[in-house]
Amino acid sequence: MLFHQLQFLLRFNARQNWLASIIWTLSIVGITVVVAGTFVNLFGSEQERNTMAQTLENPAMVAMVGPVYGVDDYTTGAMMANQMLLFTAIVIGIMSILMISKLTRKQEEEGKFELIRSMPVGRLSSLSSALILVALVNLIIGMATTFGLIVINVEGIDVEGSIMYGAVLTVTGLMFTGITAVITQLTETSRGATGLSIAVLLLAYFVRAIGDVSSEALSLISPLGLILRTEVYVENIWWPVIVSVVITLVFTVLAFYLHNRRDLGAGLLPSKPGKNEASKLLLSPLGLILRLQRTQVISWLVAMLFLGASYGSVLGDLESFFADNEMFQQLLGDNSEYTMTEQFMTMLMVILSIFATIPMVISFLRVRGEEKKERNTHLLTTGISRYKLLSYYLGVSVVIGVASLFITLYGLWAAGAAVMDDPIPLENILIAGTSYLPAMLIILAIANLLFAFLPKWTSLVWAYLVFSFFTVYLGGMIDIPEWLANISSFNHIPQIPVDEFTWSPLVVLVLIGIIALIVSQFGYRNRDEIG
Amino acid sequence: MNMVEVKGVTKRFGKFTALNGIDLEVKKGEVYGFIGPNGAGKSTTIRVLLGIIQATSGTAKIFGKDVWKDAVEIHRKVVYVPGDVHLWENLTGGEIIDTFLKLRGGINKEKRDALIEKFKLDPRKKAGTYSKGNRQKVALIAAFASEADLFILDEPTSGLDPLMENIFQQCVEEVKYEGKSVLLSSHILSEVEKLCDRVGIIRQGEIIETGTLDELRHLTRTNIIIETEKSAATLSDQSGIHQFTEEAGVYSFQVDPEKLSTVMLKVSELGVKRIESTPPTLEDLFMRHYETDNVAEKR
Repeated sequence: MLFHQLQFLLRFNARQNWLASIIWTLSIVGITVVVAGTFVNLFGSEQERNTMAQTLENPAMVAMVGPVYGVDDYTTGAMMANQMLLFTAIVIGIMSILMISKLTRKQEEEGKFELIRSMPVGRLSSLSSALILVALVNLIIGMATTFGLIVINVEGIDVEGSIMYGAVLTVTGLMFTGITAVITQLTETSRGATGLSIAVLLLAYFVRAIGDVSSEALSLISPLGLILRTEVYVENIWWPVIVSVVITLVFTVLAFYLHNRRDLGAGLLPSKPGKNEASKLLLSPLGLILRLQRTQVISWLVAMLFLGASYGSVLGDLESFFADNEMFQQLLGDNSEYTMTEQFMTMLMVILSIFATIPMVISFLRVRGEEKKERNTHLLTTGISRYKLLSYYLGVSVVIGVASLFITLYGLWAAGAAVMDDPIPLENILIAGTSYLPAMLIILAIANLLFAFLPKWTSLVWAYLVFSFFTVYLGGMIDIPEWLANISSFNHIPQIPVDEFTWSPLVVLVLIGIIALIVSQFGYRNRDEIG
Repeated sequence: MNMVEVKGVTKRFGKFTALNGIDLEVKKGEVYGFIGPNGAGKSTTIRVLLGIIQATSGTAKIFGKDVWKDAVEIHRKVVYVPGDVHLWENLTGGEIIDTFLKLRGGINKEKRDALIEKFKLDPRKKAGTYSKGNRQKVALIAAFASEADLFILDEPTSGLDPLMENIFQQCVEEVKYEGKSVLLSSHILSEVEKLCDRVGIIRQGEIIETGTLDELRHLTRTNIIIETEKSAATLSDQSGIHQFTEEAGVYSFQVDPEKLSTVMLKVSELGVKRIESTPPTLEDLFMRHYETDNVAEKR
């Protein structure tokens, strides 16, 4: 009777997770189909695709997105699989990790699992229902992706390849479902389970990166390396899919075995005792705030370095690439005075500075998160003023914003210098980057104003950031009215070297930003804490 | 000097009136019990006192200073323990205790370790793995190991076992002995009865009763049990007698304070074999107010 009431639990879990599942499905399938459509437009001719293939063949790019297959006949499909498959697979892997961890350890931690186990249900029913549910979501995403890719009916994206593409997504999700199911038996907390599983995913990514550049055998050890060996849309090799299914089964059986053996609430890994006393750092409010976001900040900065480097690594082949691509020429506008690379750089600067804003905003928004969890009260009732509390969060986020911008730019420069014949001086990049700090300040100021006056709507700042991104990103392609584009603070920054540098907009933005920050201080001081 | 002084404090959230003209005083060296059903406004009052939310009108002072304007200065000498303690999941109990102590001034290591020992907390576990009771222990240890003049405790024992609750009561008594003041919000009435010098009962945002337990008892009916030679059944019609019951010749009832002497005269005529009188418990007081509340609602 290990599986008694499995069906009921499955329906029960499904009812609680249908919305999240649908959002994941729509996002993954949607992005895949949209990108496939974009690729057809961006790289319509064989020549354009070939230039792209050459760009992607350099080791930096191979390490990032995986090996290029089918260079001789680089179809839209081959390009799709080359550029999108690995990242989509990672996303579906992350989804599986989060869902399994939430459905198993989290439930156990919160005592819901105990409640269910006290009822006449089988000992393995809960775990099975979680596994089946996540497996189903993976299957649906794979099939929907296949369906979507077939339906858009694009040359170079054939039926067999599309089936393969979907299948690869599904089996990647399944593998990480199995791996996470095992890891949740090992750790005592859901945070630990999620963290360890994501670490395994990252390790798989890096092992594959090294392997793809240097050793085929090493790549095969990594689940993410394995699935790329399917050569989707090129050779459509099925055996890695089969191996993935076998790996999934092995992990699933192992998870059931461990689950059946261990006590409820216990983990199989010995949980090492934490610190008895606080370190020096923790003993100040600022130190506490820093410590609480330490891991997150470090991860973001590393990610930003990679992001910068990934853009930098394509700089080498840009001229020839742009020369062939009408779409990009239109995107950048034709300005014969400057090289394509220079023009591309200006756009890159805006995009990278918008990305660098993300960790800054996340860091600042913690103040609202802590307020919601009523943990700000701990600090506010121990002699720390509202002004100080807000200033600490503000200060930390400013430092993170500046750091993340310059780390991104450094990554861009370092990778660029490695691949370009005539590297851009670091100084130029840093100066161009600095001019975006006022625009970032405005984003932070908006977050502050929302937090001070409309705390429940603080996350609206994301909408503004996304809006800014689209005005920049699409601004070149579709005509966005000037007044609308001007709402974005990033639109006011002179794009050196294409625009002439002027101080006035920067000064105005900084002044507006500072005034908004001061006003926010008073707003927060004079409002209630809202949980 | 009054450590806490609240006069006519009203707090509105939009159209909802959470507090309606609250008056409250906590004197130096006293333990003040603040009782009332869930949602009556206990926590809201405390949040106003802590300067976390601002009163719509009225004045609230701690140490003679305004709770909203001088919040920071007041908090140097105030310790607060919430009923629902939220901690940072990835820090250990020990780390959080130290952080709180340092924020409040300094770490008295001896006191800290003694309290950890007393409350039987494992300080090396991450707060994410603690149960509600253990999270409360973290807050209580950090509170009682701090130097403060006023302790504001909002239902601090709702997750503690009886042993730990006993230790909590010892801690409160020690603090009181040292001449410090405590504002204890609770609905564990036996705890309040045991610890508190004065009590305030709050209902629907209004303080409906306040005073020492003795004073409150004077306002309420006394429980009386008698065994008599003659039948005492006639007493049931007597005005001022409530909840009259008889079981095997033993009568029990409650008497209004102002009718007590009349009733006793009647009783003495019946040939008293045994008489017991007990003062009303806090629960009786509480239930009585609660019942009238229900009656009012039914209308």
